[in-house]
Amino acid sequence: MGRNPTFEANAAAALADSALQRALADVPAGFVAGRARVKAALPEFDALRRSGRDIRDHTLARLDVYLEEFERNAQAVGTAVHWATSGSVAAEIILDICRSAGARTVTKSKSMVSEEIGLRARLEAAALDVVETDLGEYIVQIRGETPSHLIAPAIHVGAADVAADFRKRHSQLAADRDLSTPEALVAEARGVLREKFHAAEVGITGANFLIAATGSAIVVTNEGNADLTMSLPKVHIVLASIDKLVPTLADAWVLLRLLARSATGQEFTAYTTIATGPRRAADRDGPEACHVILLDNGRSELLGSELRDVLRCIRCGACMNHCPVYCAVGGHAYGSVYAGPIGAVLTPALVGASEAAHLAQASTFCGRCEEVCPVEIPLVSLMRRWREVSLAQPSARWSRAVLRGWAFLAERPRAYRFVVRPIIAALGALGAARGTFRSLPLAGRWTRHRDFPAPSGRTFQDLWARQQRERQR
Amino acid sequence: MSRDRILASIRSALEPREREPARRRAARDRLDHPAEHLSLARTRLPSADLITLFKAHIAALGADLIDVAASAEILGAIAGYLKACQQPLRLRAGSDPFLSGLPWDLAGELAVDHGPARAGDSAGLSRAVAGVAETGTLVLASGPHNPVTLAFVPDTHLVVVRGETIVPGYEQAAEFVRAELGGAGLPRTLNLVTGASRTGDIGGKIVMGAHGPRRLAVILVADA
Repeated sequence: MGRNPTFEANAAAALADSALQRALADVPAGFVAGRARVKAALPEFDALRRSGRDIRDHTLARLDVYLEEFERNAQAVGTAVHWATSGSVAAEIILDICRSAGARTVTKSKSMVSEEIGLRARLEAAALDVVETDLGEYIVQIRGETPSHLIAPAIHVGAADVAADFRKRHSQLAADRDLSTPEALVAEARGVLREKFHAAEVGITGANFLIAATGSAIVVTNEGNADLTMSLPKVHIVLASIDKLVPTLADAWVLLRLLARSATGQEFTAYTTIATGPRRAADRDGPEACHVILLDNGRSELLGSELRDVLRCIRCGACMNHCPVYCAVGGHAYGSVYAGPIGAVLTPALVGASEAAHLAQASTFCGRCEEVCPVEIPLVSLMRRWREVSLAQPSARWSRAVLRGWAFLAERPRAYRFVVRPIIAALGALGAARGTFRSLPLAGRWTRHRDFPAPSGRTFQDLWARQQRERQR
Repeated sequence: MSRDRILASIRSALEPREREPARRRAARDRLDHPAEHLSLARTRLPSADLITLFKAHIAALGADLIDVAASAEILGAIAGYLKACQQPLRLRAGSDPFLSGLPWDLAGELAVDHGPARAGDSAGLSRAVAGVAETGTLVLASGPHNPVTLAFVPDTHLVVVRGETIVPGYEQAAEFVRAELGGAGLPRTLNLVTGASRTGDIGGKIVMGAHGPRRLAVILVADA
């Protein structure tokens, strides 16, 4: 139902990609085990999740007031606050800032919302040298790809491929250098990117949270790249979507306690930075100007819809790490900026149901995503809504007919028995010898990978009726 | 104009559930009286045990811990540490009252400069306003005498933290920051440092020294 040829082809290619499968095989041992470990070490974890959910709900329900409060407090410390309804508006604002700063090199730390609006390409089109500084993002950038995971953008790339990409890209370095270890690769990237950090006139970061009470942006990284991005250039730009608001620092601590634990299985990220405005009067380092861009891009509409709960998301990636479908096909198969369960819910809301409602089919509805979500987003029921939408589309005509046929039989027990009994009897007779089928008409996709167990020849209802009769005797 | 359009769109989404005056009251109340969220059982400890917990986290993070009995011993300990790490005996340090008060004239072979970090600096010295026992986190407040770049540009980051400033959680550390700034809001950057720079972006293997410091040394001063 609601089948999408692109997703199916992507998924099939991903399943056949042995390098990708090797990379994805590490997810359970890494992120999943890590999260389980830190959760076990914190008896308050589930209480924190409820707190986190309540903080997000409280803020979203008064988002207009908190955005105004943020703007007032940010302006009071010298931050310029800009509003952008869409990606193109945001990109224009950022381009203007870069132009007036005379920028040639722009460093950028990881920001999913910048991926969402295709910011890098827009800046590059204006002849700016834009450098992703998160190591995973840098790898993805030089490969000409997009991130395949919220917090591990290059999770689909093996170390040997990174070495090959570095040799191609860093042709100024000695050809015979040793790039056989992750350590050597990290050291090389560190050297190359350090020059960019010092050269950049503008640094762009995202924000994990914005604090209304103080006009601050909170940015977390393990690499420290966001700090070099915001501290060394003369201009710092924060690009954040409007749903990133929290009321006070006290609320942010709760969400920060949840974020790293849910994301990487760390108790706290290495660098959590609360940035409040440009350099102060007597400061001897830090940016001379600070801009915050508040981007809507469809979120204010979501606020009034049944999908509102998706705006609680803090982008930890736990739902994808725990998703059997994501772990089988990886992020690129989804063909969207956001992958996994959160991507299946958010993407159709951002790009339109006709483009992406089918992503909700990429789920077994096992519910693990909901169980691990740090802000208790009801991902399964939200995906179910998109399935309904996807089923109403013209392309789902065949699926609708099949389901209508099923509904007809399911509501009429006699008709149901009349149709099912002979099928079961025939299958039982045909399969009696082996007990299983190696192939079956209409079930080729099943039997290509595994045998189909033969039914006993009598329906469950018949067996049940016989048992009841025997008991009464 | 984007601002008006976004706010109007949000208001039309929220208005049916809660009218604007009620929204303003609820938000004002939250801003004036920040929520008190739960405290963690692991940090409900006497202060000596908090220090033990803080040290355990520092060790688990792969950072180095240097215990000194008094601030007079700090510079000697730094020289010893840099030697042991085979690092140049050069240091770029902050210059707040505490760090300025160290006996720099007796620093001996340790060459010291103050001010923001520059490209090529090998070691930076900051002072933490507080240390958080909950996760072994150092809390640094940027300012004219505590340049933020000291924490990110040099290969080695050294941080002095006094035993009496080890607190249970981030909330109590924020109180220390407020006291230090005389209630003047937040510093330009409040940097929470939990271990040295790291990445898992190549083959999922954790490698230290991604962009920020390759190593972090915490100098814990018992009696400051």
